[in-house]
Amino acid sequence: MKAKVYVNLKSGVLDPQGKAIQHSVELLGFSGISDVRQGKYFEIALEGSDVAQARESVDKIAREVLSNPIIEDYRVEIES
Amino acid sequence: MKFGVIVFPGSNCDHDAYHVISKQVGQPVDFIWHRDTDLSSYDAVIIPGGFSYGDYLRAGALARFSPVMNSVKRFADKGGLVLGICNGFQILCEAGLLPGALIRNRDLHFICEHVYVRIETSDSPFTNELQSGTVLRIPIAHAEGNYVCDDATLAELQNENRIVFRYCDPAGNTTDAANPNGSRDNIAGICSRGRNVLGLMPHPERACEDLLGSSDGRDIFRSLAATLAAAT
Repeated sequence: MKAKVYVNLKSGVLDPQGKAIQHSVELLGFSGISDVRQGKYFEIALEGSDVAQARESVDKIAREVLSNPIIEDYRVEIES
Repeated sequence: MKFGVIVFPGSNCDHDAYHVISKQVGQPVDFIWHRDTDLSSYDAVIIPGGFSYGDYLRAGALARFSPVMNSVKRFADKGGLVLGICNGFQILCEAGLLPGALIRNRDLHFICEHVYVRIETSDSPFTNELQSGTVLRIPIAHAEGNYVCDDATLAELQNENRIVFRYCDPAGNTTDAANPNGSRDNIAGICSRGRNVLGLMPHPERACEDLLGSSDGRDIFRSLAATLAAAT
């Protein structure tokens, strides 16, 4: 099984890297970009086939290690 | 009194802290490897600056899982004095020993320069030899020093007088222009509810000798030593 975890800054938390990327994209000639937010993406390979158990484990990993709940939200997807 | 300086893979201000304690404060000090867990012989523990675990994932995020950190939590719970400097402050926030988080500087740059910080309270084991309102000139060196917290946490820090240092101009005004990294409320350092855990982004250990451009940081270590001397 594979788990995918997406970690993003909460809305309202300043993302200066996203702002700098947005600026560069605009310099490249793209207009109409209203916002860029940079996040993190993790792929985790899991042994076993119990999807519910995998979701529970990866949720804990995402909450306690991969994200900082003070500034970030996360989303978990399980691919069986 | 005995001090310990914790060493993670990637710590790089550990020797500076050790030097200050041994030469300026004149007290015994040990390095504590991050896999060690026995802090029973120490009266104060310093978590130094640097790039523990290469700042992988988030600054301070992986150091929190080192074996020594469970011991630091127990040490702090029992009232032991813990001083986290720069990366040490980031680690203390990640470990939940201090509230809030430190994110990328407002202007993205790694900033390495002397700044001014104002002592907001002398009611801490780290500032009790200083007058509230005193301005210190101390260097910062970080890319993730932008302190963030929610409104409730900020109100709690303000109401409980736990903001210990704020960025200011040379005259002591905490203006936005004097805020190097965008920190909320110009916060440069805070303490725990029990006041025995302090985290700050500036490096007082780099400002303890005139040869280094400032000796203002000595007062913080002098306070720490005075607190310990009074307790024994």
